[in-house]
Amino acid sequence: MPGSPKLVGRREFLKTSGGVALFITAAGILPQLISCSDAKKIREQLEKHLITAWVRITEDGKITIYNPAAEMGQGSMTSLPLIFAEEMDADWSNVSVEFSPQETEIYGAEGWMPGSKLMFTVGSRTTKSYYPVMRKAGAQARYILLSSAAAHWNVPIAELTTFESHVIHESTNKKISYGGLVPFLMMPEILPDFTAERLKKPKDFHLIGAKIPRTEIPAKVDGSAQFAIDLRLPDMVYGVLERGKRHGAKPILTNETEIHALNGVLEIITFDYAIGVVASSLEQALFAKQQLKIDWSESQATGFNSQKVYSHYEAIAGRSTKGKITNKIGNVDRAMQVASKTYSADFKNDYVYHAQMEPLNAVIQVAADLKTAEVWVGSQQGQDTKLGVPDILGIPPEDVNVHLQYLGGGFGRRSMSDFVKECAVLAKKMAPLPVKLIWTREDDITYGTFRPLSLQRLKVCTNALGTITGFSHCVIGDGGNLVASGARNDHYDIPNQLVEWREASHGIRLKHWRSVGHAPNKFAIECMLDEIALDQGTDPLDFRRKLMAKSPRALATLEKAEEMSGWKSPSPEGRAKGVAFVEHGSLGTGVCEISVDHSNGKIRVYNFWIALDAGVIVQPDNVKAQMEGGIIMGMSSVLKEQITIVNGKVQQSNFHDYNLLRMEDTPESIQTIFIDSNETPEGVGETATPMVACAIANAFLRLTGKRLRHLPFTPDRVLAVLNQ
Amino acid sequence: MPTYTLHINGKKQEVEVAQGTTLLWVLREHLGLTGTKYSCGIALCGSCTIHVDNRPVRACTLKVENFSKGQNIRTIEGLSDHADHPVQKAWVKAQVPQCGYCQSGQIMQAVALLESNPNPSPEEIKTYMNGILCRCGTYLRVIKAIGLAATNQTQET
Ligand code: FES
Ligand code: FES
Repeated sequence: MPGSPKLVGRREFLKTSGGVALFITAAGILPQLISCSDAKKIREQLEKHLITAWVRITEDGKITIYNPAAEMGQGSMTSLPLIFAEEMDADWSNVSVEFSPQETEIYGAEGWMPGSKLMFTVGSRTTKSYYPVMRKAGAQARYILLSSAAAHWNVPIAELTTFESHVIHESTNKKISYGGLVPFLMMPEILPDFTAERLKKPKDFHLIGAKIPRTEIPAKVDGSAQFAIDLRLPDMVYGVLERGKRHGAKPILTNETEIHALNGVLEIITFDYAIGVVASSLEQALFAKQQLKIDWSESQATGFNSQKVYSHYEAIAGRSTKGKITNKIGNVDRAMQVASKTYSADFKNDYVYHAQMEPLNAVIQVAADLKTAEVWVGSQQGQDTKLGVPDILGIPPEDVNVHLQYLGGGFGRRSMSDFVKECAVLAKKMAPLPVKLIWTREDDITYGTFRPLSLQRLKVCTNALGTITGFSHCVIGDGGNLVASGARNDHYDIPNQLVEWREASHGIRLKHWRSVGHAPNKFAIECMLDEIALDQGTDPLDFRRKLMAKSPRALATLEKAEEMSGWKSPSPEGRAKGVAFVEHGSLGTGVCEISVDHSNGKIRVYNFWIALDAGVIVQPDNVKAQMEGGIIMGMSSVLKEQITIVNGKVQQSNFHDYNLLRMEDTPESIQTIFIDSNETPEGVGETATPMVACAIANAFLRLTGKRLRHLPFTPDRVLAVLNQ
Repeated sequence: MPTYTLHINGKKQEVEVAQGTTLLWVLREHLGLTGTKYSCGIALCGSCTIHVDNRPVRACTLKVENFSKGQNIRTIEGLSDHADHPVQKAWVKAQVPQCGYCQSGQIMQAVALLESNPNPSPEEIKTYMNGILCRCGTYLRVIKAIGLAATNQTQET
């Protein structure tokens, strides 16, 4: 048997109190499988949760698989258990899925930082990170079932096969279901370490890649899916905070007595940046919030005007001292000196807001002795799976129990735990009463954490043949990686490249926003390529074909998109197509077809075609849904969304002044085709969104000969460009 | 505090809340009908869509005192007993929801559409559904599912 066998004690096997169910538990499954070698820790967890690790099998054949990732619509509640079930050869129709406990030691994966374990649903890395973990775990669960059947029948394990939750011994025609095996389950003395070679080959997959409906969708059509905001507990009270319009300002409450006298008001709690009110009912809390009279201090943001800051950014871009270099290949400066031609352009990008449909909220109950806490929250988890609550309560992490709920959208916003900590502060004060903290939409926008405003200054040079020899990309903005990521060109063959970030800081709250720096930076890069192609009289797709010569996987997406969009055949009168390539884990080329109304500046998108190489596709229909959603969210941000700040104050407060794309502006179709691949799955949640700005701007350039270089492309901006 | 009697999903329910309380808070926080969602509070997103006498309305801006005169209030919980309303079945078949948060509103609006117009054109669908926001971008699947429900193609394949 290949691999390195490990000894596992049989006594670690647990039975339920009733004796009918037997858990293949963390204690039973190999420590390295759950990447925790501390047996004591595992046992502690088992005692606390009773059910833990990855799977539970009962005699009636029901199988429960635990999902360690957040479910925010991206499908982890299906994809991860499906990978497990594939290797286990479980009958999917008998599988149900539950969230795992939020215990990093047991359920963490290495995908974010090698050598560290995290439960962190960010960066579209869940499937990629857990693919090896779930496969191995599933294979080991299957091995336990196989070896138990071998002992039960007294036959060599090598003669056994499995199929849809059954173990089969072909030569004697014996067959037993996984549920039927429960009374005979035993821990093998030796469990193999399932290396990749011992796992199923993609050609043998029957669950991965199949048309499998998502497990949580039935609960999302009858209102029963529970989000944290839906939680109700006996004696629950309600908390709201007023955080003002200027980030970083400190409050002084001037009518405390008046507020205390209001019906239902239980507590007023002062934060550094907010005044909190707890009341018996939500409507009382909200009413009290409206009555607060607060004097706000100045802050770093005072005097900051977002729409006037670009001239300052241009000045920073013009300085000769370089910023922080984030990517360097060859020598761009030398390439520029010897170039035949150079191109330069600035691309700009205003603040945008997450606008997840479920406003931030949490429910926390702290015990009367303040020594334990229960937390219900929709969170993308984090470096700290207890989300900062232990620190606020001054108790050890193991005494905080986090119950992950469905997320009504994440998009990066719920990977920050500010709202959970706020709720912990209120719940500590109100203990043992449970507190539901709700951010109103107004709170969610004005005290939002935005994708930073930025300016991209690109300088590109070509040689006498028109080949790009140097590519310099300078990003100016706040937030480091938040603005600088996604600026590399790993799939274009360009010998000299430089990416640098120059800081500008305004005291505005910032956060990862679906695809982070990719959207503004790909916008700049991909538009620049089209401008050069136009200058050279080359088809923009052919221009990229040349650049991708050494990157066959990227090229395959380009050529597939060319084919599916009918790139070379003319668009109907008044329309044009634009192309963009994006890598974000997976590789994708997108083509859109647009028209523009010259009377009002409105851009209309008719179709989007995407060719995607994401390695093994675990759930094809769900990946398509991610592409659809990514394009729609991209279109929304590119055509409509804009946060503006005047004298440090956020100007938008709800959906009347922060517009989201509605159904009337949906394209007629968004089509996705996958490039066949046996490679490890790559993230798909953030590949489509960054395509949108560049594909639209490139189509606009081909349609009108004019350049859109400032996001968002609101009608008045488009009109101004058309009239230039 | 005054007591109001509401007819919700075919049942009479009493609730004691201050005058002026919105129907949304009454349903969600006082009666536990949490399938109806809060998202904007100003009738701009449609997440809180319910039916009053078979017409779709936004519960977040309606005051409880105006709806205790025997009006029939229907929420997502009252749409069917086993999530088997044709629109719900179509939603599953088209795999519409992503995060799911807007979907009660989408479904309630779609049911009202099909009750008043059993065979809507794509343009009619877009106009009628335009008030219901979906940040996850499920619009194309919403349109598809309404088509499936309208043409009775809701059997799972
Ligand atoms: S919450 Fe009622 S329309 Fe948005
Ligand atoms: S499914 Fe997430 S907002 Fe619509």
